[in-house]
Amino acid sequence: MINSNDIKNGSKLTPSKANFFAAFQKDHSGKERSSKICQNIEESIKRSGLKDGMTISFHHAFRGGDKVLNIVMDVIAKMGFKDLTLASSSLASVHDPLIEHIKNGVVTQIYTSGLRSKLGEAISNGLMEKPVQIHSHGGRVHLVKSGELNIDVAFIGVPIIDRFGNATGYKGRSKCGSLGYAMTDARYAKYVIAISESLEDYPSFPASITQDQVDAIVLVDEVGDPGKIGEGATRMTSNPKELLLARRAAKVIVNSGLFKNGYSLQTGTGGASLATTIFLSEKMEEENITASFGLGGITGTMVYMLKRGQIKTLLDVQSFDEFAAKSLGENPNHIEISANQYANPSSKGSAIKQLDVVVLSALEIDVDFNVNVLTGSKGILRGASGGHCDTAAEAKLSIIVAPLTRGRIPTIVERVNTIITPGNTVDVVVTDQGVAVNPKNIQLKQRLKKAGITVVEIEDLYAKAIRICGKPKPIKYSDKVVATIRYRDGSILDVVKALA
Amino acid sequence: MKLRRSMLFVPGSNTSMVCNAFVYRPDTVMFDLEDSVAIEEKDSARLMVYHALQHFTYEDIETAVRVNPLHSIYGLLDLEAVIRAGVDIIRLPKTDTVEDVLQMQEVIEKIEFKIGTDKRTKLLAAIESAQGVVNAVDIARCSDRLMGIALGAEDFVRDLHTQRTKAGSELMVARAQILLAARAAKIHAFDSVFSDVRDKEGFVKEANYIKDLGFDGKSLINPNQISVLHKIFAPSGDDVEWALDVIEASDNAKEKGLGVVSIDGKMVDAPVIARAQWTLELAKASGMLGGDE
Repeated sequence: MINSNDIKNGSKLTPSKANFFAAFQKDHSGKERSSKICQNIEESIKRSGLKDGMTISFHHAFRGGDKVLNIVMDVIAKMGFKDLTLASSSLASVHDPLIEHIKNGVVTQIYTSGLRSKLGEAISNGLMEKPVQIHSHGGRVHLVKSGELNIDVAFIGVPIIDRFGNATGYKGRSKCGSLGYAMTDARYAKYVIAISESLEDYPSFPASITQDQVDAIVLVDEVGDPGKIGEGATRMTSNPKELLLARRAAKVIVNSGLFKNGYSLQTGTGGASLATTIFLSEKMEEENITASFGLGGITGTMVYMLKRGQIKTLLDVQSFDEFAAKSLGENPNHIEISANQYANPSSKGSAIKQLDVVVLSALEIDVDFNVNVLTGSKGILRGASGGHCDTAAEAKLSIIVAPLTRGRIPTIVERVNTIITPGNTVDVVVTDQGVAVNPKNIQLKQRLKKAGITVVEIEDLYAKAIRICGKPKPIKYSDKVVATIRYRDGSILDVVKALA
Repeated sequence: MKLRRSMLFVPGSNTSMVCNAFVYRPDTVMFDLEDSVAIEEKDSARLMVYHALQHFTYEDIETAVRVNPLHSIYGLLDLEAVIRAGVDIIRLPKTDTVEDVLQMQEVIEKIEFKIGTDKRTKLLAAIESAQGVVNAVDIARCSDRLMGIALGAEDFVRDLHTQRTKAGSELMVARAQILLAARAAKIHAFDSVFSDVRDKEGFVKEANYIKDLGFDGKSLINPNQISVLHKIFAPSGDDVEWALDVIEASDNAKEKGLGVVSIDGKMVDAPVIARAQWTLELAKASGMLGGDE
């Protein structure tokens, strides 16, 4: 037996008699020697060697329009598998059918960034024995690379693919844009099944998921619902409160000291965040400032700024709407990045380390600036960790934008239900009734005050919120832990308990 | 003089708007109990506005209420409630004659006396008919409680047998008359609402136009119009600089015991100083000298 050291040392160099890779008889009939393409999902699962107790993964680039997870889980359930760990980069309301698979013991453990809708409610009421592991987008890659999250079989939905496994997200009927989260699974899963609805000629390059990563391919009727993939993301708000928040957030950014040529920004979806981007764009035009890059979940607004030359580059881990998805395929300065390149804290280079400003939302913020984006005012799981704690930790300026109250519910609270982002990583909280600056940022506070922004103490915001809404009754929890909040480095930041 | 550029209409039956209007910082919030409130909601709207007026969130903002006409069964109930709640201004609906104002004034005086308040509730007359426009000069002068008169365009154009146009020629005479009447009586003049909230360009055009005519402000139906309007009413950077120079010069003169000074050879006297102070007030309210817009 020759080993590589022998080769390097020049010893024992006799030609091998049985070259493994040339051992097969070549077939000149034109028929495929072997094919990655499976007849159906069942065949691909059989080929993968999936067993009870293993870990399967999905990605969430199709957002609310995802069809892959449900059709695959139905087949898995029918095939009789039990005790699986489901590691989906996130879960949306479309995934409520998972409740049945949990009840039937098909899925007994979940890793995800988010939980919503009936599934979130059911889990909050104690549906699962093992607590759900809630991770951030960056933290998921860390869990995968550090070996805790060992993906046995990854099911990767893609809008188009060639017969050898080269796939992209920015073309086809169900285009979703960036496959940034899927790229992690394609790289690290032991077996990769690509599921698509459209077959392209080989070779289909450039590709986001490549032939050397894909073991099997299945074609299905539909991987996504195009109408729901980008739903709700790019609608410019006309809600006056969101516009007010956005104007104020933009003013904070403009006067932060970071607003100069070559700065970088990340803003999310949702009315206020999107509007902030638009107001910033106006201000950038006025002051002749361009941004070096826009990061994160990319929206049509960012694409618009890219087209006008206001942003030089977009680094896109997830495309939030059709405009972003299309632009990714058309504009050479619109770059697809993986979750590892985006936000993994143990990556050699995550883009958030280069980020100046991030604008984030919140369900609750407490007087220590801790932020909850996961559990609602009734204590039910109804949100997602996402890139919230990743970007807040790394960006030079993290701004949380939220109304002081939502209906009769205070947003600024004494203690958040669930900590997703620790307060020491939050710099500024912008509300409709004043801006609070984390006391550690003495200079920033002075700067904003000087710019005429109404800066108040967060305790005062809390007091005002309580004066308007009254103090909410504490939520009654049982002792059972239903979700564990993992910080981006894998440590346990908080737990969510079942409702009493 | 109080700044009254923006007067935000808030339907008294719209809970969310009643709860939130204060955050948009219009110069005046005007709760409506009249046309925007359906008959079956008249009582609940009155109750809600009664509470809102006393809520701490409205304590540092001028409040007005458009009450139902006194000849309706709601008018008196509205007045009894909102004056007790401490409203600053009563907006009279459809003011055609001096008598309309005086009658309202009498009722308000009675209620104020009854509850023993020192507060003198102000009046704002809405002119919404040809008759009202013709009588505008007399109406504007008839009561020292009147802080302003306002054009209500929708009813007015109906009375005039025409309709509203983007160009606004149908309102030309009424606007001029109301403005002159207000100025002659030294009270505020307010323009009508611009109802197409999606037409930002049209709003900007109309707001610029009425500002140039000389109106103090405008009734608004959407909070998004507030910052746009305030921007239009903001003084120019040059004006602000000039005003700062004037105030500085006058302060210096006062220190030295001089009565009159000059800047760039132009005399600075009391009216000029007053104008400069007004400009700075406006600049401050527009967020130009610090403070939120």
